[in-house]
Amino acid sequence: MAAFFGLFRRDLSLALRQGGDTGLVLGFFVLAVVLFPFGVGPETDILRRIGAGVVWVAALLAALLSLDRLFEADYQGGELDLLALSDLPLELAVLAKCAAHWVATGLPLALISPLLALLVDLGPAAIATLFASLLVGTPALSLIGSVAAALSLGARRQSVVLSLLVLPLYIPPLIFGAGAVEVSETGDGARAYLLVLGAISLAALAFCPWASAAALRQALE
Amino acid sequence: MINWLANPARFMRLSATTLRWCSWAAVVVITVGLFWSLVVAPPDYQQGDTVRIMYVHVPAAWMALSIYLFMAVASAVALVWRHPLAEVAARAAAPVGATFTFVCLATGSLWGRPMWGAWWVWDARLTSVLVLFFLYLGYVALVNAFDDPSRGGRAGAVLALVGVVNLPIIKFSVDWWNTLHQPASVMRVDGPSIAISMLAPLLIMAVGFTLLFAVLLMLRMRTALNERKAMALRLNAGVAAPRQAEHEGAVSAHTAIS
Amino acid sequence: MVFAGLSFRLPAGGALLLTGSNGSGKTSLLRILATLIMPTGGRLFWGLAPVEGDAAAYRAQLDLVGHQDGIKPGLTPRETLMFWAALRGIEPRRSPGLVEAALTAFALDLVADWPCHWLSAGQRRRTALARLVAAPASVWLLDEPASALDDENQSRLERIIAEHRAAGGRVVVASHTPIELGFATSVALDAFAPLPDDAATG
Repeated sequence: MAAFFGLFRRDLSLALRQGGDTGLVLGFFVLAVVLFPFGVGPETDILRRIGAGVVWVAALLAALLSLDRLFEADYQGGELDLLALSDLPLELAVLAKCAAHWVATGLPLALISPLLALLVDLGPAAIATLFASLLVGTPALSLIGSVAAALSLGARRQSVVLSLLVLPLYIPPLIFGAGAVEVSETGDGARAYLLVLGAISLAALAFCPWASAAALRQALE
Repeated sequence: MINWLANPARFMRLSATTLRWCSWAAVVVITVGLFWSLVVAPPDYQQGDTVRIMYVHVPAAWMALSIYLFMAVASAVALVWRHPLAEVAARAAAPVGATFTFVCLATGSLWGRPMWGAWWVWDARLTSVLVLFFLYLGYVALVNAFDDPSRGGRAGAVLALVGVVNLPIIKFSVDWWNTLHQPASVMRVDGPSIAISMLAPLLIMAVGFTLLFAVLLMLRMRTALNERKAMALRLNAGVAAPRQAEHEGAVSAHTAIS
Repeated sequence: MVFAGLSFRLPAGGALLLTGSNGSGKTSLLRILATLIMPTGGRLFWGLAPVEGDAAAYRAQLDLVGHQDGIKPGLTPRETLMFWAALRGIEPRRSPGLVEAALTAFALDLVADWPCHWLSAGQRRRTALARLVAAPASVWLLDEPASALDDENQSRLERIIAEHRAAGGRVVVASHTPIELGFATSVALDAFAPLPDDAATG
């Protein structure tokens, strides 16, 4: 247990100390959302229709940015060997790192989303649902992303390979996350979507640490 | 039998003979199948002749799914039992599977245009097959992205196993969600609901495509094994010369003494 | 295949020195001993029991110091050693004492609270080696431990290795530079390189 929290604290303090990571991810998130009105025109009707999807896709791409650093530094510096040999099972080590990654990137994305929802003219019900959907869905993004990051460790053009691998796998959370917001305008349907999104996050919690650890062991061989 | 096949040299000998036989069989079966589908089989009472696209589309879809399953099984064997040929088999199968998936999507699109009025719709089955296509492409990108080929093979093996969850989703998507796509008519618990005059050419095309896959798989595996042998020989040419001389020297000294 | 036909036993208090040219497999052998790589043939035993049976128990007995230092530039040596002690299951009560002992043993007291990116290469290597004292284990696997160390620090390391062996610990050292280990079994891995025809079909 102490080992798990030790790793979580270390990764989190490194992410926050270096500061740049969270800032970059948030900056990209904002910029990506801002680009859309330039592309599709500033009419609020159109923006409101596509707003949920735009914010979700931008969040996905922003989450993607920080993934390649999840294991790379530890791999290059030799710490991954030591983690594999430590008392903590590799699956729990992955979980600790994903948790730190989520607090440093996913959580800020969710927290800033109401602001961006205003940029695309979403109503109050939609803003609340957007926040909730990102809060529930971003853990899945960190977990699924960790599998792709572990698989592409040490690859040439790692960030490109990582994006190719992870974006198809991000489609289910995207469907239900953006879908929840679209339905919220018209009534109570958002609850069902959010529950499925939660289920996806829980399934990722059960499956992804195991898959990432397997990929990491292959990378160490 | 799998262990018996593990020797690359034995696989090479076996596949040399099987390859010729399979190639001919594939040509014959596919020709017969195409003739049957395009000429002999009856037109559909609703769709007319456009239904004939089905005879390529459906077997291609079956191949797309089966080849992925094959890759996943080969990957599991490679990771758990470290069978030397399993990784080669998975890597050889991937581009073939990707092509069948593409054929399935393209023919489906050509079929969809007259039937539904659109080249593409975002329903569950089409979307999950598209995701399968991306999984194939991602697999090929991943195994080729490493300087060390065995590292690429291992990473790909894990990816193939992770992506297996997509297969049941594709299979059952038409049941779980209301979709535009036709529900299952062949692989059902109650047995096929399709007429035998249409089922027969469908199955023949499926057999033909499977033979084609076997041919392509064997060709690609043989090429990969030959490449590895060539690389090993080159790598050892650098080490071999001095050690070989030492070896020969030792042998001849021994002969001189006895 | 990097080497073939290799077999050895390492008793308590024993040391194994691996020598050989680059590419002869010193690092690979150390990683096999650490169970990070699975060998294509052969088995690893701990006592009378094969390691596959209970790999976790075996791993709990070892400490690996590889080529890389395993140090994050943003953390201090003290924080690094406390972290690894926690990860090796040392109770929080014991770790400060062990970490202090480790820092003193490798003469890192003055730089213990500096961020690692201020440290020289030799100091970082010593921080990596300090793990051996901060999170004690009975089997030490050291890959080029003396690289980046000056003579004084190399002697320090040799003394610490000797103390560890005197207490019954085992050491496997891969080094292509000379290192004084006292009585040690030496294995030159070049002699175990496979013959060309074996490598092509293997």
